Amino acid sequence: MILIYTQNWDGKFKKLSYELVSYGAAIAKQMNTEVVALSIGNVANNELQSLGKYGASKVVSVNDPNLSVVDNKIYAKTISEAVNKYNAKVILFANNNEGKAIAPRISAKFKAALITGVGKLPKSVEPFVICKKVYTGKASVDVKVNSDIKVLTLFQNSFGVVEAPVDAEIETLELTIDTPTIKVIEQSKSTGKVLLNDAEIVVSGGRGMKSGDNWAGIEQLAEILNGGTACSRPVSDEGWRPHGEHVGQTGKIIAPNVYFALGISGAIQHLGGVSNSKCIVAINTDKEAPIFEAADYGIIGDVHKILPELIEEVKKLKS
Amino acid sequence: MKILVCISVVPDTTTKVKFIDGKEFDKAGVQWIINPWDELALTRALELKEASAGKIEKITVVNVGAVEAEATIRKALAMGADEAIRINTTAKDTFSVAGEISEAIKDQGFDVIFSGIESSDFNGVGVGGMIAEILDIQSVSAVSGIDFADDVFKVKRDIDGGFEMLEVKAPFVATVQKGIAIDPRIPNMRGIMMAKKKPLNVVESANCEPLSEYVQYEMPKPKPPVKLVENAAELVNVLHNEAKML
Repeated sequence: MILIYTQNWDGKFKKLSYELVSYGAAIAKQMNTEVVALSIGNVANNELQSLGKYGASKVVSVNDPNLSVVDNKIYAKTISEAVNKYNAKVILFANNNEGKAIAPRISAKFKAALITGVGKLPKSVEPFVICKKVYTGKASVDVKVNSDIKVLTLFQNSFGVVEAPVDAEIETLELTIDTPTIKVIEQSKSTGKVLLNDAEIVVSGGRGMKSGDNWAGIEQLAEILNGGTACSRPVSDEGWRPHGEHVGQTGKIIAPNVYFALGISGAIQHLGGVSNSKCIVAINTDKEAPIFEAADYGIIGDVHKILPELIEEVKKLKS
Repeated sequence: MKILVCISVVPDTTTKVKFIDGKEFDKAGVQWIINPWDELALTRALELKEASAGKIEKITVVNVGAVEAEATIRKALAMGADEAIRINTTAKDTFSVAGEISEAIKDQGFDVIFSGIESSDFNGVGVGGMIAEILDIQSVSAVSGIDFADDVFKVKRDIDGGFEMLEVKAPFVATVQKGIAIDPRIPNMRGIMMAKKKPLNVVESANCEPLSEYVQYEMPKPKPPVKLVENAAELVNVLHNEAKML
């Protein structure tokens, strides 16, 4: 079995879980097995059922008040019960904060190799060989996995959502869940904003934006495109934007469909974080800027002049 | 209290990576540094110690690596770590590194173990979480802030879509990212002199077997040259009609 760790937000799955199930279903086909999706928390039956559309033949739901806090130790124990029960051989997580927090614990529990940041299907399943990016996207490597169980984390937006409808059988798993040992004293969730890792379109600004006060245009363009906002390292170091928006070697690594690099010169460390984007668009005054070597499309010019025009043109297209 | 910081030694982030026949990383001319996230973790650990009025007594760094790593480990000592442990083997995969570290430190009673959220070479993210599981202790990941007051650690972690402030009791592993400190501490001359006298203990490998192996490296295919357009209208036009991305 292939076990998928899904994530829901207030009882709703997002694209990321559908993509994980799609990816799992494709591996299941290669391995001639089936997909079990695990859901933790209070999720309605019809929502659980929706995972069947992407190939989950079984959806297992665990709900307990003690799971309202993501206590990594307890979550890992809970997931491991499902691994045992369904004899899972491949366990899939998203390559996001939660996935990266729990996957290593599952790996150590089962002495299962952990391969993080995969985006493509295994090249072969016997032996299990899969490609992953290394040196922050500067190269890739084929990894041969020698353990019976494998734990993978999938780069969001790298595989895509693929429909493969089956009837999902819903099962509730009754487990005794320990009391969390960590205490949440404050929580802040940005509502309505597209998460950077989820975003299919990312609008990003660099030092060329000149000041944090000049971000309204970036936010507006992102909003019209239903995209996320990002920045280069100097921008977050200067405090113009929060660190969570920094993409590049020491920040987030993203793979949107379109990456708009506005006033970003494109240092090698920055390119490492965005080189998986399907299409890179650069606007910069310096025609020698390395970003133009990585870009698919570009305009040599002043971002402060071009961005408002770009917003107007995109508005026209969308209307 | 004692804090352990796991450090990996990685190529400088500006390195243009090359491989020998696609089989191994070409080390020729490469500058080695402390993994950037680990360096930030160490910086914050040192700040916590200094602000703890003696409650945090010692900061230890641990590295799994061959003797060549010692120059970089000395830099961690120069930054202010009190002692270092080098586990004498080359890092094979995340699981074996976590196993080696767990085995070497399991009886040393560390209260907090810091690990960078990933390494900039193999981009493995697992060492911290695996150590926590092997030692059967708590772990908090994507940590972007940590404070210690009244014997409790207040930890800020990024969640998917926001952040949480947590109270966490030792012992635990914190897997840290940018934000925990902004700039790494730069060793001063006194630190560099003192580092030469600080203990760097070499322990033998526990021979933890890796679970995976890297068989073939590949460089990305060269990209076709950028297509330059004159203005915003043309750009939207090509993105919509040619790239079909908008």
